[in-house]
Amino acid sequence: MTDVMEKPAVKPELKVVGTRPVRPDGVDKVTGRAAYGADLALPGMLIGKIKRSPHAHARIVSIDVRKARALPGVKAIVTADDFPDLASQEYEAGESASNLRDLSQNVMARSKALYKGHALAAVAATSAAIAQEAVDLIEVTYEVMPHVIDVEAAMAPHAPVLHDHLYTEGLDERPKLPSNIAKRNRLERGDLDEGFAKAEVIVEGRYTTQAVHQGYIEPHACVCSMSEDGQGQVWASSQGQFMIRTYCAKILGLEIADIRVTPAEIGGGFGGKTTVYLEPVALALSRQSGAPVKMVMSREDVFEATGPTSGAVIQVKLGATRDGRITAAEVELKYQAGAFPGSPVGAGSMTALACYDLENFRITGWDVVTNSPKVAAYRAPGAPISAFGVESAMDDLARKLSMDPIALRELNGVRDGVKAAYGPTFHNIGYLESLKAAKEHPHYSAPLAPGQGRGVAVGFWFNVGGESTATVHVNEDGGAVVATGNPDIGGSRASMAMMAAEVLGLPMEKVRPIVADTASIGFSMLTGGSRTTFATGMAVTQAAEKIVVDLKRRAGLLWDLPADQIEWRDGAAVCLDPSKEGLRPMPLAAIAAQSAKTGGPIGAEVSLNAQGAGPGFGVHICDVEIDRETGNVSVVRYTAVQDVGKAIHPAYVEGQIQGGVAQGVGWALNEEYVFDGDGQMENPGFLDYRVPVASDLPMIDTVMVEVPNPRHPFGAKGVGEVPIVPPLAAVANAVRGALGVRMHDLPLSPPKVRAVIDAL
Amino acid sequence: MAHVSISSDGRGFTGGLAELEVDAPTVRGLILQLDQRYPGLGDYVQRRMAIAIDGEIHQDAYAEPLGADSEVFLIPKIGGG
Amino acid sequence: MSKRTHISATVNGDPVEFLTAPSTTLLDALRDELQLTGAKEGCGSGDCGACSVMLDGRLVCSCLVLAVEAEGRRVETIEGMAEGGQLHPLQQKFLEHAALQCGFCTPGLLVAAKALLDANPDPTETEARYWLAGNLCRCTGYDKIIRAVMDAAADLRQAQRVIA
Repeated sequence: MTDVMEKPAVKPELKVVGTRPVRPDGVDKVTGRAAYGADLALPGMLIGKIKRSPHAHARIVSIDVRKARALPGVKAIVTADDFPDLASQEYEAGESASNLRDLSQNVMARSKALYKGHALAAVAATSAAIAQEAVDLIEVTYEVMPHVIDVEAAMAPHAPVLHDHLYTEGLDERPKLPSNIAKRNRLERGDLDEGFAKAEVIVEGRYTTQAVHQGYIEPHACVCSMSEDGQGQVWASSQGQFMIRTYCAKILGLEIADIRVTPAEIGGGFGGKTTVYLEPVALALSRQSGAPVKMVMSREDVFEATGPTSGAVIQVKLGATRDGRITAAEVELKYQAGAFPGSPVGAGSMTALACYDLENFRITGWDVVTNSPKVAAYRAPGAPISAFGVESAMDDLARKLSMDPIALRELNGVRDGVKAAYGPTFHNIGYLESLKAAKEHPHYSAPLAPGQGRGVAVGFWFNVGGESTATVHVNEDGGAVVATGNPDIGGSRASMAMMAAEVLGLPMEKVRPIVADTASIGFSMLTGGSRTTFATGMAVTQAAEKIVVDLKRRAGLLWDLPADQIEWRDGAAVCLDPSKEGLRPMPLAAIAAQSAKTGGPIGAEVSLNAQGAGPGFGVHICDVEIDRETGNVSVVRYTAVQDVGKAIHPAYVEGQIQGGVAQGVGWALNEEYVFDGDGQMENPGFLDYRVPVASDLPMIDTVMVEVPNPRHPFGAKGVGEVPIVPPLAAVANAVRGALGVRMHDLPLSPPKVRAVIDAL
Repeated sequence: MAHVSISSDGRGFTGGLAELEVDAPTVRGLILQLDQRYPGLGDYVQRRMAIAIDGEIHQDAYAEPLGADSEVFLIPKIGGG
Repeated sequence: MSKRTHISATVNGDPVEFLTAPSTTLLDALRDELQLTGAKEGCGSGDCGACSVMLDGRLVCSCLVLAVEAEGRRVETIEGMAEGGQLHPLQQKFLEHAALQCGFCTPGLLVAAKALLDANPDPTETEARYWLAGNLCRCTGYDKIIRAVMDAAADLRQAQRVIA
């Protein structure tokens, strides 16, 4: 089904979209009633636990489960032998293609343990204590091998090689030997040498970031049940029930139709729950034991065995003429992929210079495997990292040119009609508008107290569309139900109800949104990529519009009038025929009450592949204060400006912006994976993996610039990911302002800041 | 004729060639022609690439029409978080 | 396996009894024995606050309390916050201010915020932020949460003045 929209001739004023109603699922969430993945209990349920590798890199010589199996209360044990040995194959079920062989081996290691925490075996038993005891009784013989985690160390010749079959793709010549470099990508335009030759000012910088975790407060959790006829049921906290269904089917060698996945409420994802870890294992344990199996990760497991995002090295060189026009830009990116190929270096490359209109540039990206957990998507995957380098260099360039940082970006900024660095031409973007709004914001001209510093940075994310299904049904009493297949991570359910209510002309309270399971609604791509309000909202709107067409037809039947004499206005059919003055408007409830007479139940389903998602731009201003004694950096003021297209529910758009900023601040100041000499993570807990807490942050001011996206019925653009892209450099640039010295290596944690202060 | 630019990902199939002219009415037609000229490229484009037509990014959109002078970019598929 | 201990306690004003092993946490007992799944496990080490409950009027991380310690004591969880079908002003303000996105940290935050306002009905923004520093939220950046707490505090002070 295509996404061609019928635009009404005259756009009426919006009554619901753009307001701030209380979300329909809100009461359940503030009373503890809402059911997340670990909250379900089924009769006869077993508890599953995983045996994980203590070594960062080791050949698995043997796994002996006999003692474990003999323990009373143990009902099932699985290893890689219980899963089909999948050949290398790209399959798209999440948002981007996953190599099924790699995914399967990440879920359960086959011949090698590739990171500390890598799953090797799993047990289901009648209690958590027995399951854990059994895990400890599983005897594994390892051949421990040297490991490598630092990305440049992994790229060096003679580095320990993780995969014998990995030969670097994307080079001019295929290498003769395997290495840890999975791929090189390159984006270029113009003549770099000529561009630098023209430059009157050059800035260069080498920057590093560490692996950081999405940090969702809810650990992965699922309850899975396989019955004797091979029918599987999964209840899981996830960003996509269809993705779980597909991956479980592929990893276990089952038919997709044999698995039904019901999404639980999800306690945060940010991209980290767009893949599977526990679900195929729990299904396999259930299949073997004949009982439902619950598996919940510990916080330590979440850190050690689920994807963080890449740590990276970023090198940037910029050349400009004295008037501020950038004549050349060169960026090199080296990203950790973790145990299997697939870092977001591609997206990092494509977004690195996306805000700039440049004649000459070259961006090179390297995807490098390392003995650390396989990286998973994290909010605008890849983009915050490259933006950190580019925006830090841009800040240095502004200083060298004695130019205002926003003016520098305006001068070189992309606008409608400009070709993006990653290829296509921009249309309907609000980047310049966002820069202007930032420049005119009182924050930008507010005086700084002594010792404070201010930083500015910009950021970009594509946002995606994709496949979505929505159904809308009208109840006998004129209320409606909206069902979609997208888990609600941040309040999207409310927006779905709002869009349907707007089209149907109903008050929001009469429209109930639900998130349906895989058997109850058509296919939907997962919730992520800032796609739900855009793509699923499009499907919801189209379904509601189909119903409006049908309602007019039914009113016509009841009034003995042709449908083209009828208009839908404020939730009622209105007669346009001036000769029929006596006909009062027929509200939806009245038509619904007579649905049987006019054709049967009133409902519509729309499945589409939404195209035309609008990219988003953010401009952030950050003020910091540094405690010279402790080296602690405090963010004292933060303003985030973003082009959002159209804010369907403004409070949730603000919330997305504020949340992305908070994660970016944590990434800049404190968060990092710390590994010891044996490749073990030293801080797999919230005490020492320090995410921002309430006392770390000020109020986060947001400015929503609305340059509508004409491809969405209400003009919406995706908003969730852009806000995490600018903060890393916004904070680092503010620190530069406060300290007088550029810091290149994230996080800017107190010991590092102290070292800089001591050296001053 | 649509003017097609291919990101570095796909150039392995074209022997390094980054720009082509292709005469096709839809994305499906484009993919078929690319695969005829460079065996394997069509399949690669379908599995691993997104197509930007006159500025708009499409992922899996066979029926999308190409204009007489469309600007087409083949770029890696984008996944979000 | 040793025999489990029989515990009698008061939860949300009601007398309850359950069996527990010595090493079971109060969090697990609430969730698994009493089916009160509002308190969540986010970390199991007392660092995230998602398991916050009140024990004899004191804010605690229930993952750091042994279930056996609840014997004869008074526990208040999120499930007891709304009374007779009426949301507590904090719950209402959280909804109005959109102070939740995924909602996972919300029960713990509400329990902690109520403990704050019980102890200090007129907190400054800084006092509220430091009191709630033990409750991690990864979705909201805390802005709307703090606004909701300050707004609820103002409403509760107003209600007190009316009564007084």
